[in-house]
Amino acid sequence: MLQTISILLENKPGALLRVTGLLSARGYNIETLTVAKTIDPELSRMTITVEVEDRLRTQVIKQMNKLVNVLQATDLTDSPAVIREMVLLRVRCPQESRTAVLKEAEIFHARVVDSSVEGFAIEATGEPEKLDEFIDVMRSYGESEVSRSGGVAMSLESRKLRLQPPVALVGQVSDLPTTIPN
Amino acid sequence: MQAPEVHPAPAKRVETGQLMTGAEMLLECLTREGVDCFFGYPGGVTIPFYDALYSHHIKHILVRHEENACFAAEGYARATGKVGVCCATSGPGATNLVTGLVDALMDSIPLVAITGQVHSKLIGSDAFQEADTFGITRPSTKHNFMVKTLQELPQIVHEAFYLAASGRPGPVLVDIPKDVFQARGHYTPVDTIHLPGYKVFTEGHTGQIRRAAQLVWEAERPMVYAGGGIVAANAAPELKEFVELSDAPAVCTLMGLGGLSCSHPNYISMPGMHGSYAANMGMTECDLLIALGARFDDRVTGQLQSFARHARVIHVDIDPAEIGKNRTPDIPIVGDVKRVLQKLNKVLQELEPEFGKKKSEARRQWWTRIRDWKAERPYDRPHAENEIKPQHLMDEIDRLSGGQAIVCSDVGQHQMWAAQLIRFNEPRLWINSGGLGAMGFGLPSAMGAQMARPDKLVFAICGDGGFQMSIPELATIMTHALPIKIIVMNNGYLGMVRQWQTLFYNNRLSAVDMSCFPDAEKLAAAYGFRGRTIDKPWQLTQALQEAINEPGPYLLNVMVSPEENVYPMVPAGGAIQDMVFGPVEPVAV
Repeated sequence: MLQTISILLENKPGALLRVTGLLSARGYNIETLTVAKTIDPELSRMTITVEVEDRLRTQVIKQMNKLVNVLQATDLTDSPAVIREMVLLRVRCPQESRTAVLKEAEIFHARVVDSSVEGFAIEATGEPEKLDEFIDVMRSYGESEVSRSGGVAMSLESRKLRLQPPVALVGQVSDLPTTIPN
Repeated sequence: MQAPEVHPAPAKRVETGQLMTGAEMLLECLTREGVDCFFGYPGGVTIPFYDALYSHHIKHILVRHEENACFAAEGYARATGKVGVCCATSGPGATNLVTGLVDALMDSIPLVAITGQVHSKLIGSDAFQEADTFGITRPSTKHNFMVKTLQELPQIVHEAFYLAASGRPGPVLVDIPKDVFQARGHYTPVDTIHLPGYKVFTEGHTGQIRRAAQLVWEAERPMVYAGGGIVAANAAPELKEFVELSDAPAVCTLMGLGGLSCSHPNYISMPGMHGSYAANMGMTECDLLIALGARFDDRVTGQLQSFARHARVIHVDIDPAEIGKNRTPDIPIVGDVKRVLQKLNKVLQELEPEFGKKKSEARRQWWTRIRDWKAERPYDRPHAENEIKPQHLMDEIDRLSGGQAIVCSDVGQHQMWAAQLIRFNEPRLWINSGGLGAMGFGLPSAMGAQMARPDKLVFAICGDGGFQMSIPELATIMTHALPIKIIVMNNGYLGMVRQWQTLFYNNRLSAVDMSCFPDAEKLAAAYGFRGRTIDKPWQLTQALQEAINEPGPYLLNVMVSPEENVYPMVPAGGAIQDMVFGPVEPVAV
């Protein structure tokens, strides 16, 4: 079963790799991954969907939470959350089906972002399963090419974020002599 | 004997705001972290660092291969609990550290590795001796850093030490480009570090601790399963108190040996693949397994489904990811095992009047069973008249060290015999590569242990295979006059692989012949110290005594019966109660 994981992590070089490395080291193939900075520009929010063996799902989340750069990793698979995805699709369609394509786009609340004699470029957002259908419909009109964003997820429950407070280096540093004996 | 390298150590006080180079700042940070020595090997991009070191008081041990710098730093850390430090140059220097880093990661050893990196303007250009150290060491460390500017250097170095030593300890690598070593800037001491995502839970859940104490008193057949966490957390006194309060028998894993003194009446022995009959039967038959800083490693549990199958499990570990990884516990407790045991002991005492005597009859029967198992099948210790049995060698080392010497072991059959037969009365005396099983670990880790504990008798027990991986370090040992007693248990084979081939592969001995071995006396003499080869049992005591009496290093090559196997043995994938005590019908594994 696909697992949806939402991760709040520090916006630092290599942080992404630490998270994905945990999955690739276990031979898991990431289905989708999105990441962008949050309101706090020092943090990023990442959504990953990945097929993980059931018995290892908790372990994977725990390992992610162990990463120093990760503030919180949450499994959203079975908890209240919204997941949305965006797709950009280019469809080539003959003159006679142009109106039909526009009608279909409207049904999916999609927007035409480019129109040419060959066809349309269309932008759609929604639940990933809905977008699968949208793509299927469009492909029935003609040769299509798609670029999907992968899901972005937001938990509908507020979760307490446990963060480590700053640690004073007293005892580690200041107790040591700064004067070195000859 | 050659004099060790000595440089003048000028008295100097570093002032806030002082103008310094990155190399000098790094040394100042190391000083503030209490580093008195570290192990390394210089190279092109670390020359600025070594230049600053030239006139600094911190002692540097020049090894002969970077991997051994890492192993030596581990030996230092394992013998003391302090953070071990090693240093290597960019590219090949850094890649040579990787085995040691993974070793420290597997065994939770606090380590800071400093690597040089090419000039920051050259990164990504396939410059000479450039490697993606940051990328390569990401999965082989607890955390790693790449320093980009001089300003962030002190902060990162202190964060590295903090991460290495706190929580579940582990290796941390700091990659520093050459120009950061060379840059000059005003030094400001670091007083706080902030790692918001680094979560350490030390205290343990009070309710869970109380429930655990009740389970302990209610158990009829309790068993303590103490791991390396006891050693890492310096929790040996608390463990002793716990087993005495609860009167539970205890096993210590390969990583936990000495966590409870081997001479303690509640101590059984090591469990697992080459553990004792009593330890494995005790683990199998107990009704309460109290896992303290242990991780249910496959070499301990054997076949997981049948491991301690009647038992409820209390699992104490500082790493939440270890809880439920291999076995779902009934009482999970995330915390520092020292703190948790302090609290648990207190609650146990509180509950004693209510529960203490309830199970005393069942407990008495349990102890009788354990004593019977112990008597039924103790470890095999064959002695022969005309050849030295490996077990005889370990018996003698055990007798001469009296539970007080530091024993650094390499990996293989000798490691298992040493772990079975040499008794340790304290933690941090038994030093070995447990999780990774890295051959070539024994000798360099002994260098680190001896540097850290000059007062201690240190044995490096190696097989003829692992020793030949570390021979270059004989020069390091000689240079620093480290009086390590190197004992090679020489059976002319890669013995553990040979044992498996014999038992499970129809004795088709493939690529295990090591019969060509240098003359120990000449080899030691070539480096300027004494060595000897023996092959008769009556030489053993005198030869070991001679090695111990020698003020400097000593190489003793002990020819042992070549085809001796380590028993008991749990065949790979088998249940631990299904130990074999002698050759078995070959089976495919």
